[in-house]
Amino acid sequence: MLNITSIKKGLVIDHIRPGMGLKIFEYLKLGKADFTVALIMNATSNKMGRKDIIKIEDVIDVDFAMLGFLDANITVNVIEDEVNTEKINLSLPERVQDIIKCKNPRCITTVERDITHKFVLLDQEKGIYKCEYCDHIYSWEG
Amino acid sequence: MLKGRHLVDPQDFSIQELESIFELTQEIINKPEDFNSICHGKILSTLFYEPSTRTRFSFEAAMLRLGGGVIGFSEPGSSSVAKGESLADTLRTVAAYADIIAMRHPNEGAPKHGIKYCPVPLINGGDGGHQHPTQTLTDLFTILESKGRLDNLTIGCCGDLKFGRTVHSLIKAMSRYENVKFILVSPKELQVPDYIRTEILEQRNIQFQEVERLEEVIDQMDILYMTRVQKERFFNEADYVRLKDSYIVDLKKLKDAKEDLAILHPLPRVNEIAIEVDDDPRAWYFRQVKNGMFVRMGLILKLLGVK
Repeated sequence: MLNITSIKKGLVIDHIRPGMGLKIFEYLKLGKADFTVALIMNATSNKMGRKDIIKIEDVIDVDFAMLGFLDANITVNVIEDEVNTEKINLSLPERVQDIIKCKNPRCITTVERDITHKFVLLDQEKGIYKCEYCDHIYSWEG
Repeated sequence: MLKGRHLVDPQDFSIQELESIFELTQEIINKPEDFNSICHGKILSTLFYEPSTRTRFSFEAAMLRLGGGVIGFSEPGSSSVAKGESLADTLRTVAAYADIIAMRHPNEGAPKHGIKYCPVPLINGGDGGHQHPTQTLTDLFTILESKGRLDNLTIGCCGDLKFGRTVHSLIKAMSRYENVKFILVSPKELQVPDYIRTEILEQRNIQFQEVERLEEVIDQMDILYMTRVQKERFFNEADYVRLKDSYIVDLKKLKDAKEDLAILHPLPRVNEIAIEVDDDPRAWYFRQVKNGMFVRMGLILKLLGVK
């Protein structure tokens, strides 16, 4: 078992779907961080079998709603003095901009230059969004 | 107040606003001579990025009958679009010359994007397989004319319900009225898109059923909205052969239908309505096509704030 030391103050983003860790790491621009960060991929999990984890040794400003959009099942633990002080439950954001692209090949976003890709939440439980331009449904389940 | 507004989606206008357009349309039909120079000095631009006969002609005829002028293109090859101009820039430019713009575009959501850059009213004349709100105004006006109401109706939609944008717009618009039910008749491959089923029918608890054969349900309908089913839309030849006659209305099928059924069709028709039906009092589609011009006259007047 790979050992990563616990952090004194910061965030632990846990229960990330395997493979999604790198995406979140990149979304949070942690590759450019000047503080300690760890991306653990394919860790053993009782609940999920395998999972990704990100540990951040700093207090950073995170858009939790957007994190929820990237993976609604993840949990975020806030660490102070090596103690887990808060567990944040994520929910899906009402609107998503320039994170995903519309899969409808006839959508205006596929041809127009410099267009903002916009989605609106339709169903919080099922994680269903629609493209604000063409109404095409988008869900993580595909 | 409709002055200066855009029309992108059939739900952009409230039921009351639609009523005001329909009242004005009726005034125009009753006394067209009162309106024949009301738009003198105004210009409509028709930007048609894909071919159209009815929609473009009806917009142009509408403006000409109101005494206004028309500029535009009927295929993008003859405009700066061919040089790679963005939609945003085209609209900003044309809005400098015209008082109102009607646009048809092959890409879905193009008008929704376009209105951000268009300081004059922009009317969606059809965007891909998505929406066609002025056809919806025409359809609603014709339903109102034939039935005297827009609520308490069972509406049958038959044919290609997946790519038929007129059907999508009609369902969206009619779902706002009380006690409207839908019977959706199509092959499985050509059923309405998910967003219509999820966002409109299911979320608003609207009663609807999806069936494959028209003859099984035609007796329940107050309105039958026909669309064309193209052979190439079927996934296999066997299904096409099995089902093709189900999507054709003829006098034999109409024997089971209500006597006051109104048959609508956005046109062009190929063979989905037999010629023999044209003389049946239940055929409303040619009346509907004329209404299209009158409704667009009413719409132009309202958006320009002339009336």
